[in-house]
Amino acid sequence: MSEQRKLSRREAMRMLAAGGGGLLLVHCGPIKPPAGQKSDYDWTKHQWAYAIDTTKCIGCNACMRACRAENNVPKGVYRTWVERYQIDAEDHVYVDSATNENFVFAPSSVRAVKAFFVPKMCNHCEKSVCNQVCPVGAAYHTKDGAVLVDHGRCIGCAYCVQACPYGSRFINPELHMADKCTWCYHRITKGLLPACVQSCPREARIFGDLADPKSKLSVILKQNRYRVLKPEMGTHPRCFYLGLDREVV
Amino acid sequence: MNYVFPNEVNVAWTVMIVLYPYITGLVAGAFIVSSLYHVFGRAELKPVARFSLASAFVFLLFAPLPLLMHLGRPDRNFNIMVTPNFSSAMAGFGYIYSTYLLLVILEIWFVMRGDFIARAKGKGLAALICRTILLFDLHEDDASRRADHKISRFLAGLGIPLACLLHGYVGFLFGSLKANPWWSTALMFVIFIFSAIVSGISVLIFHYFVVSKINHWKVDEACVRSMGKYLWGFLIVAVSLELLEILSIAYKQTEEWEILHRLIAEKLFIPYVVLQFGTFSLVPFIFLAATALFKLRTRVAHALIWTASLMLLIQVLLMRWNVVIGGQLLSKSMRGFASYLPGVWEKEGLITAAVIFTAPFIILYFFHRLVSLFPNATKAVDTDAAPSTTE
Repeated sequence: MSEQRKLSRREAMRMLAAGGGGLLLVHCGPIKPPAGQKSDYDWTKHQWAYAIDTTKCIGCNACMRACRAENNVPKGVYRTWVERYQIDAEDHVYVDSATNENFVFAPSSVRAVKAFFVPKMCNHCEKSVCNQVCPVGAAYHTKDGAVLVDHGRCIGCAYCVQACPYGSRFINPELHMADKCTWCYHRITKGLLPACVQSCPREARIFGDLADPKSKLSVILKQNRYRVLKPEMGTHPRCFYLGLDREVV
Repeated sequence: MNYVFPNEVNVAWTVMIVLYPYITGLVAGAFIVSSLYHVFGRAELKPVARFSLASAFVFLLFAPLPLLMHLGRPDRNFNIMVTPNFSSAMAGFGYIYSTYLLLVILEIWFVMRGDFIARAKGKGLAALICRTILLFDLHEDDASRRADHKISRFLAGLGIPLACLLHGYVGFLFGSLKANPWWSTALMFVIFIFSAIVSGISVLIFHYFVVSKINHWKVDEACVRSMGKYLWGFLIVAVSLELLEILSIAYKQTEEWEILHRLIAEKLFIPYVVLQFGTFSLVPFIFLAATALFKLRTRVAHALIWTASLMLLIQVLLMRWNVVIGGQLLSKSMRGFASYLPGVWEKEGLITAAVIFTAPFIILYFFHRLVSLFPNATKAVDTDAAPSTTE
């Protein structure tokens, strides 16, 4: 019998286990910055966050149109949307969104005594439930504060869709995988603003870097009172709302 | 006014995700019955002991199929084992399922080795299949039989916590989602286990009667009555737990109750209140109570137990529907409800569900052709004479 044939069963099992473990390590490797960003971008030097001033939003839905165009979002699913709240004299609350083809609110017959608009999107939570529940690690945090989906790993199980308290995630009908707002990560890492922020005519959407104490966002959050959505979920959202009404969830 | 977040208009988890916990429930329940005989020595269950083990096996084979049909990228299904994210409850699926499948296969192998050997000594394709299953080792003596019995008993004992884990874990998947007040409860784990046992016993009773009728076999009176009593007991626990959960929320009148009571009254009144509890829990409860507590003619008792088992199979399916679909009808805006009606021919539609659910029964038939699942069955004589007795 040759020397090679003397490999014991125990040794063979050990080699197999080591090989399998090695493969797993290669596959699981450390998270790298997503492709397509500026080569000199250092994601450890930023802490992105988002603020929405609900007192400024006029419900024009330019943000929805810009998001769809920028990110090629299919019809029927939304990375961002704007909710219209109308409250009548009897305190009945009417809420709707412009999810039609042109993103235009339908004419309202509500005799509202109070009305306002609230833009919604992924809250990029610091303790995001979607990251926790993703069974394959396709949902992940970037070091600069964004929550993204790795479309190279997602299996499309939709567990994250169920877990998100804000209804921000969806299964992309073209990709058959989970999808959501990325803060236009491909833009912000090149020094640009997210498309929704860029397109907002009233500057109701504010995006900035918390790591820079002089950034517009940092100053606004220091000088104003703000809230987050569903704080009882313990998700620590990075999307801060100014002037939020108690009716908004 | 009804307002649903725009991304919640389309329900993400379809009838496939209703079917998945239903099938795993049948597995867990059937396995528990098998273990009642193999581990706890409930001799009266011997006539269905092999049948229950084989049923658990065939349902287990098909349990992942609804999930595969549902996944957006089924080609990546092994990512759940290759790159698991252990902070996710779902990441345990691959490991729990594989371990349990391996255990059930091993138990079947040890329990039925003697029968496989007997069959392998013949000729033809069946003999070749049996020889392959036996790894071409047809040796058997008293010592090997004792070893087989010892190992199979150990595996059956080990399988009980695994069965509870497999199905309890499915309940945990729902119960751990804090975003959804219809799902978010620690009791979901336990509710799923008990409803699984109810469905498992029900499918065994139902199927045992059907195959006995087709083959003109005598239905084992003690076995059926014992299973009827177990079914009654587990039904009481399962329904009590579910009612306890909803009643405690209702009594506490928390904020979430404002939307949950609307969900029950507006969207789930028929499937949840009228069908699941009002009809398919209450009627089987009365039927099973009658057979357990009163002296009834054998034919009447059998008819009641069989009907109760059929109704409870539907009850557990309704429960799965009300949990999985009901929870998704409730928008996280807490201001309204979505709608869902399964398609018939679509990928995740009713035809697919029917095919997946029927397939295990077909495999079970071929299994029975290979090795008898009812080795002690006897031909029936007229049993409608004497009333059955209570113990």
